[in-house]
Amino acid sequence: MTTASSADHPTRRDFLFVATGAAAAVSGAFTLWPFVSQMNPDASTIAAGAPIEVDLAPIASGQDIKVFWRGKPIYIMNRTKKQVEEARQVPVASLPDPASDQSRVKEGHDQWLVVIGICTHLGCIPIAHEGNYDGFFCPCHGSQYDSSGRIRQGPAPANLAVPPYQFVSDTKIQIG
Amino acid sequence: MSGPSEYQPTNPVLQWIERRLPLLGLMHSSFVAYPTPRNLNYWWTFGAILSFMLGMQILTGVILAMHYTPEATLAFHSVESIVRDVNYGWLLRNMHASGASMFFFAVYVHMLRGLYYGSYKEPREILWILGVIIYLLMMATGFMGYVLPWGQMSFWGATVITNLFSAFPYVGESIVTLLWGGYSVGNPTLNRFFSLHYLLPFVIAGVVVLHVWALHVAGQNNPTGVEPKTEKDTVPFTPHATIKDLFGTACFLLLYAWFIFYMPNYLGDSDNYIVANPGVTPAHIVPEWYYLPFYAMLRSIPNKLAGVVVMFSSILILVFLPWLDTAKTRSCKYRPLAKQFFWIFVIVAVLLGYLGAQPPEGIYVIAGRILTFCYFAYFLIVLPLLSRVEKPRPLPNSIADDVLAKSGRKAMVSAVIALMVAGTLFAGSTQNARAAEDETPPSQTWSFAGPFGKFDRGSLQRGLKVYKEVCSACHSLNYIAFRNIADPGGPGYTPAQAAALAAEYKIKDGPNDQGEMFERPGRPADYFPAPFPNEQAARAANGGAAPPDLSLITKARSYERGFPLFILDFFTTFQEQGPNYVSAILQGFEDKPPAGVTIPDGSYYNKYFPGHAIKMPKPLSDGQVTFDDGSPATVAQYAHDVTTFLMWAAEPHMEARKQLGMQVFVVLIIFAGMMYFTKKKVWADAH
Repeated sequence: MTTASSADHPTRRDFLFVATGAAAAVSGAFTLWPFVSQMNPDASTIAAGAPIEVDLAPIASGQDIKVFWRGKPIYIMNRTKKQVEEARQVPVASLPDPASDQSRVKEGHDQWLVVIGICTHLGCIPIAHEGNYDGFFCPCHGSQYDSSGRIRQGPAPANLAVPPYQFVSDTKIQIG
Repeated sequence: MSGPSEYQPTNPVLQWIERRLPLLGLMHSSFVAYPTPRNLNYWWTFGAILSFMLGMQILTGVILAMHYTPEATLAFHSVESIVRDVNYGWLLRNMHASGASMFFFAVYVHMLRGLYYGSYKEPREILWILGVIIYLLMMATGFMGYVLPWGQMSFWGATVITNLFSAFPYVGESIVTLLWGGYSVGNPTLNRFFSLHYLLPFVIAGVVVLHVWALHVAGQNNPTGVEPKTEKDTVPFTPHATIKDLFGTACFLLLYAWFIFYMPNYLGDSDNYIVANPGVTPAHIVPEWYYLPFYAMLRSIPNKLAGVVVMFSSILILVFLPWLDTAKTRSCKYRPLAKQFFWIFVIVAVLLGYLGAQPPEGIYVIAGRILTFCYFAYFLIVLPLLSRVEKPRPLPNSIADDVLAKSGRKAMVSAVIALMVAGTLFAGSTQNARAAEDETPPSQTWSFAGPFGKFDRGSLQRGLKVYKEVCSACHSLNYIAFRNIADPGGPGYTPAQAAALAAEYKIKDGPNDQGEMFERPGRPADYFPAPFPNEQAARAANGGAAPPDLSLITKARSYERGFPLFILDFFTTFQEQGPNYVSAILQGFEDKPPAGVTIPDGSYYNKYFPGHAIKMPKPLSDGQVTFDDGSPATVAQYAHDVTTFLMWAAEPHMEARKQLGMQVFVVLIIFAGMMYFTKKKVWADAH
């Protein structure tokens, strides 16, 4: 038997074969979606990732707490005047990842630094109040962040990320 | 073009690989150039269908294992989480659960085809035995998979089947302890069953490779049983067999999809929606349908060890089939007597399956014994005897000759036999007439019934109100979170309304920084709190009977439909036993039991409750709940609404299931049609 037919004279048979093959390919591709989609976070995980509220009242000046939101540690630091001044005196242009301290905190709540405590190098958790910049020090590969959570030294490429949050009242924030 | 050919790739990269590892050549000679008899009928496509099903089960199984927790206190919950929360989890679970049934259905067709056409005869004995090994592995895998959801049937199925091994003298008890990893079926058992359930499919795949290898050495049998002699008798595997197999698989997919999208619970047991309880055995232990014939044989033997031996022998006897049937003629097509006995054997097997699902008493036990004898007689008496006394009809000279001279009255025979089987089953079911004294819940009209069913939003909202104001005083709803009432396909509230509902509840949380538990307002992610802190408290507060959780109640309750109806149900997609039952219970209370019926103290008479004595007092009365939308404040309305709500609670993605099902069917029907014409074109030159 032969299935050959020249390309310039497409036959009904060719059309049928191509159409069937195309139908199989397209429906196969659609069928694949559930098998991929199931890997995404499920509904309960998404629901559990809803915003959380944190009471700031117990955090004294110079102290910090670590809370978890969506499985990530969030540092909430009540910075001292000295820490804030240090962060604001640095020329922004000289930083590896330039950003002003003002852009990383909420106006009127300048002493509060809220950052995701995950080193932007390879995901370790930096230790607060350590390192040469009165900020954070990552023990894994030696990245150092300043009191605004900005990268100053070491292999990390970017500043500690600021999560979405807002002040609900003077002593309460909502993260997420 | 026919016949094995030396495969020579033209691409230089492929040539380079081919010289070092001739994988493509192997594939080419096995699945492209491989000569296949040109007279194979559609029964031969089941080999491809089985390969497809094995692949499907492994794929969906690996995925389910990503979300499943093999731990006794979490397993049931994790399965519910898959179905409720994982994206398309309901689809994947249905594919895997129905897939097991489809796999067995296909394997039975495949085995019976081998039996009918004598595919086990010389030189295909090893091929056949490998098939029996695959079948045994499938049974073990299927059994262990059924244990994993850790429902009541899972648990008690595991208990009963593992106890089979206790029948063996001296070592039996030790074997059972070894299997359990404890003094009873428990967490260690579940863990190892999960491990083995994951392993065995890959072992099956390995044996399948051997099976296909043996097939390609001996060559395929064919409906005439005459070996191919010339090139005229065969066609190349690709495209002929490939396309035909794909067409067969496409048609099979239609059946498979029907179960996935419209009848996911048809072949399951409602008891498996009740979490495993080592203290209570379900009234009626039934294995999955594909084990029923063997289960019937086990039960029909009054001696424990003998029963177990008979059951295992009924499968192992297949290994010896090539030497029990010594007739030279392979195909039953040319064996007038063997053909009749074959169909009798099929009927015996089906009837045994029917008996396996019936209670082991009275006529069923006697019938079971007779049929068990018939089953073994087929292999041990009929087949050996037939090979001596039967005079086969003349065989065609070659496959090509047979293709040219076709006849077609096979369909008639099958139809007559199907009718006979149906008739006998019907006769059997009339024996069951005594069941009529237990009132069957009346069938109601449900908005969610049928392939296009949708939940009535108003009814869901009213039902939620009834649950909140009445049922929730005693019954938990553990699997429903507040966020769920805003999910698509649900009661249709907004996320803000769900959050407002959540905030009405106090949820226990903690510990806080002081190490103390505390209460806070509910959030959408929280679940409906249970009315009692634990089962003991629930039991103590309710006269000794713990009110069941209602999340799955409409799937966990059912009643017998009886023979002709349960076949019809498959076509009408009737699955509303649960809702009918729940609604009937709510309306079935009567103040005075009928004359002659005594109800113990602390129980109430309910017309539809099995045994009639229910611990729950009449929960609903007219006017108890007021609806804002002006719906009548009657018990009938409450029962209808709360049942609708509970059906949604049991299957929150039902609308998505039915909707996707319709799309899949449109595509599948079109695709199967295209495959049919493609197959016809490809085969146009071959016939």
